[in-house]
Amino acid sequence: MDRIPILKLRDLLLVTIQVDMHDRLALQLQDELTTRISETAARGVLIDISSLDIVDSFIGRMIANIAAMARVLDAETVVVGMQPAVAITLVELGLHLPGVRTALNVDKGMALLESSTRAVEDLPDADARHPD
Amino acid sequence: MSAATDAVIPHVLKAYEAELLDEWLREQASAFRPGSKISEHELRGQAREFLSLLQEATRNGNIADIRGPSYGRIRDMLGDVSRSRGLQGFSPSETATFVFSLKRPLFSYIQRELGADVDSLATVTWSATELLDKLGLYTTEVHQKSREEVITRQQQELLELSTPVVKLWDGILALPMIGTLDSARTQIVMESLLQRIVETGADIAIIDITGVPTVDTLTAQHLLKTVTAARLMGADCIISGIRPQIAQTIVHLGVDLGAVITKATLADAFRRALEMTGQRERVLKPRA
Repeated sequence: MDRIPILKLRDLLLVTIQVDMHDRLALQLQDELTTRISETAARGVLIDISSLDIVDSFIGRMIANIAAMARVLDAETVVVGMQPAVAITLVELGLHLPGVRTALNVDKGMALLESSTRAVEDLPDADARHPD
Repeated sequence: MSAATDAVIPHVLKAYEAELLDEWLREQASAFRPGSKISEHELRGQAREFLSLLQEATRNGNIADIRGPSYGRIRDMLGDVSRSRGLQGFSPSETATFVFSLKRPLFSYIQRELGADVDSLATVTWSATELLDKLGLYTTEVHQKSREEVITRQQQELLELSTPVVKLWDGILALPMIGTLDSARTQIVMESLLQRIVETGADIAIIDITGVPTVDTLTAQHLLKTVTAARLMGADCIISGIRPQIAQTIVHLGVDLGAVITKATLADAFRRALEMTGQRERVLKPRA
């Protein structure tokens, strides 16, 4: 059975969807990703959907849901590499994915995540602020 | 209709071929304006070919049925003639006159052939009228079809012409939109913009609507769709070239462009795009 691999890269999780997304797979991904985020305390999640050619309303909603869940678990989520046809379909379906951050490719998505997580790191540590 | 009367038309066409041709050309010369768009020589060639093909077709086949196989060649020939006349700018009636003007000479020779036989004369004249009417209508049909083809092709060309996506700077694309935005055009515009975003890896796309005459709710919705689709792919959009009237219309219509960056001119949008991609200092710094 197909499985979507979730790779840990420093404090980020990298999900690349390489197979045709079907409903059960999407639900499974939602399960596994939320588990992995809480396990690894990841700061960011990068979902690469560049090889996803076809979406329906369910998959579109799943993408939005997964991103929202990751955000609830305090991980920045960036969806990268959406194909033009997929973008048009989602817009026509009325799924504007509000709140989901997007980037053109993995490279730019990484840069986006790094800049937003670095902003957090730049804050002085909780210990430093309260030395006692 | 009997075989005897059927045979009269091909017989007349054959026996009086030269006379028919001369008189027909005279008819056409009087029908057309002086300084016609087609040369005497060319017209004569077409007329001669038409007469010989008509003779062949009527000899072989049923006179009433111009859709039949025996009329194949004459249909092709008429099709070519009316297509070329359509392109030369002839009106449909001028094109059809090519066929209709044959009536008078043909009838007069049929009359001469049949003489006092009034019954046959009426029958043959009727079938000849029917035949020439059908052929004339056929030319009109082809003429109109060829004009329609021209219109369709021009529409297609206009569609391609009016949606260029240009690269302004590294990572900055611009889409100068010209003309009314309907659903079909928006679809093409959206697709070509998104495709170019993928190809160039651009971060920012500027949609310039200076050339869009009016913006209604539908147009605004199309624009928003394009912006949303680009955002889903990870590129930001700036809408520029919004004229004062259009700004008023958008607000009066209650269209919410809230999340979209809008600028009055393409120059402002470009400046903003440079700032957003962090290239402003590099670009606008005076040369040392």
